[in-house]
Amino acid sequence: MRDSRREALTAYLFLLPNFVGFVVFTAGPVLASLYLAFTRWDLFSPPSWVGLRNFSGLLGFSRTSEDSTSILGLFRVPYAANDPFFWQYLYNTGYMMLAIPFTLMGSLALALALNRRMRGMVVYRTLYFMPTITAGVAVLVLWKWLYNTDLGLINTILSRAGVEHPPDWLGSSSWSKPALMLMGLVMGVGGTSMILYLAALQGVPRDLYEAAEIDGASGFQQFLRITWPLIAPTTFFLGIMSIIGGFQGGFMQAYVMTGGGPAGSTTTMEYYIYQKAFTVFNMGYASAIAWVLFVIILGFSLATWKYGGRSVQYH
Amino acid sequence: MSSTTDMPCRPVRSGRRWEAVLTILSHAALAFGAAIMIVPFYWMVITSLSEPGSAFSTSSIDWLPRTLRWQNYEEAINRMAADGMGFWRLYANSLIVAAVGTFGQVLTSSMAAYAFARLRFPGREPLFVGYLATMMVPGSVTLVPVFAVVRALGWVNTYWALIVPGIFSPWGTFMLRQFFLSLPRELEESARIDGASLTQIYTRVTLPLARTALATLATFTFMGFWGSFMWPLIVTVTPELRTLPIGLTVFTQRYSTEYSLLMAASVMATLPAIVVFLFNQRYFIESIKLQGIKG
Repeated sequence: MRDSRREALTAYLFLLPNFVGFVVFTAGPVLASLYLAFTRWDLFSPPSWVGLRNFSGLLGFSRTSEDSTSILGLFRVPYAANDPFFWQYLYNTGYMMLAIPFTLMGSLALALALNRRMRGMVVYRTLYFMPTITAGVAVLVLWKWLYNTDLGLINTILSRAGVEHPPDWLGSSSWSKPALMLMGLVMGVGGTSMILYLAALQGVPRDLYEAAEIDGASGFQQFLRITWPLIAPTTFFLGIMSIIGGFQGGFMQAYVMTGGGPAGSTTTMEYYIYQKAFTVFNMGYASAIAWVLFVIILGFSLATWKYGGRSVQYH
Repeated sequence: MSSTTDMPCRPVRSGRRWEAVLTILSHAALAFGAAIMIVPFYWMVITSLSEPGSAFSTSSIDWLPRTLRWQNYEEAINRMAADGMGFWRLYANSLIVAAVGTFGQVLTSSMAAYAFARLRFPGREPLFVGYLATMMVPGSVTLVPVFAVVRALGWVNTYWALIVPGIFSPWGTFMLRQFFLSLPRELEESARIDGASLTQIYTRVTLPLARTALATLATFTFMGFWGSFMWPLIVTVTPELRTLPIGLTVFTQRYSTEYSLLMAASVMATLPAIVVFLFNQRYFIESIKLQGIKG
């Protein structure tokens, strides 16, 4: 009896520092944020309860005198979004997430190439991994320079290759998102997902390929019937993590490279939350956006889990 | 490239030749890709050594510049110092924050993980579920309240604000708990029979057995602190407390068109990470795989 009480006491002591931190910096703030989402708060005076007003201001539509909003470009309705920026930034965020499948496929292709036992693999892996290590402000500044309209390396190469009017990458609202996506692709293709794919490929039993070889399966068939299904859990995991990360991404690029512009074209949800909270000090509204984002992420994760999980055979 | 399979050596004889072709093709593709990775960095270095403002024009790329202006580095350092951000100070701040934060994370989460994995106490399961539940919540949800807590504690613009909130991510506890559960119990049992206290078992048996897991968690956490951007931006005000990413951003915004200086500063900011990575590749790779397990 005494022994188990002693064990429980030791356990509580071991847990204490982490638990205090957990309550103060994680669990408490989650609850507080839920409360704040229903308030108006500027940090300086006490928060005042506003009910659902933040959410209706964020997600709601109001009647207008003219037909101002088009539904899928088909017809227009006399309603306007209360917060058109929210929809624009949500669109931006989703748009930039379209790079995810390309990045993952690139990572897989790299991992397949690197998984062959040949010389120089470690060197290649190191080189491809380098952008992940250096990721941060310095690399963003570098890319801002690469994308420089008149002097940047990319446009220099393009104009030498005969392109007469190379794009004004970060300065035009139609090129700014593709520019950031391309940067993300080049910088991210050899990172985390490649390493995890490499680990997954090394876990595929060799004898399966030998058996397929004897049956006369081509390299491509082997990939399709053996490799792809067996690494599906990794693809699934990376997909979910990239989606979760994608919804929460884009702050540093926007802050360092574009200021969220031009014309808000590179402002993502995360940057919008930051702006609402720390440039206009509307903490309640910022919390409301954060919760809407959380619900979206949760919805996507559950949907991926339910529908994507089906095709995954765990082994 | 998608048709390359991962067969290192095929037993079938006729496959040899095809294998050699594939190897050459792989090398070619990989080398091309690697060039795309490396050229931006090379461009960064030569820009950093070029004449400010004048050296580049669209008509020519000077891949091997004859004159190298090392003064750019001095100039960048001097200008940063003039803005109250000594370059060494930025390094030191980043290093202190990351090192102390990592130590705190590894210590507190390994203790909590030990309790969750090995000790029996009332409330263990519900508490652990509570930890799990919060792991899914995005950082932007807790951003405002954590800032409010830090402000209430009077920590704004102090090292406390930079370090303490980052220590308590539930991930560390979760990952180490999973690792501790995978360790064989026998050693701990026999230490217990020999009369070791639970604390002694934790320090003398469990921690040494988990050395690689701790090192990879440390790498992972350190990288997180080192690259942290939004949080230090919010909680620091004065130049003396800026970390490397923030200092570099401020510098960038101030001298936004002087690319040779910006690139000099960027080279100086990335070099330490590259050097550390080259010498500790294993832990970086392992910490990535550990991130993979956390799902």
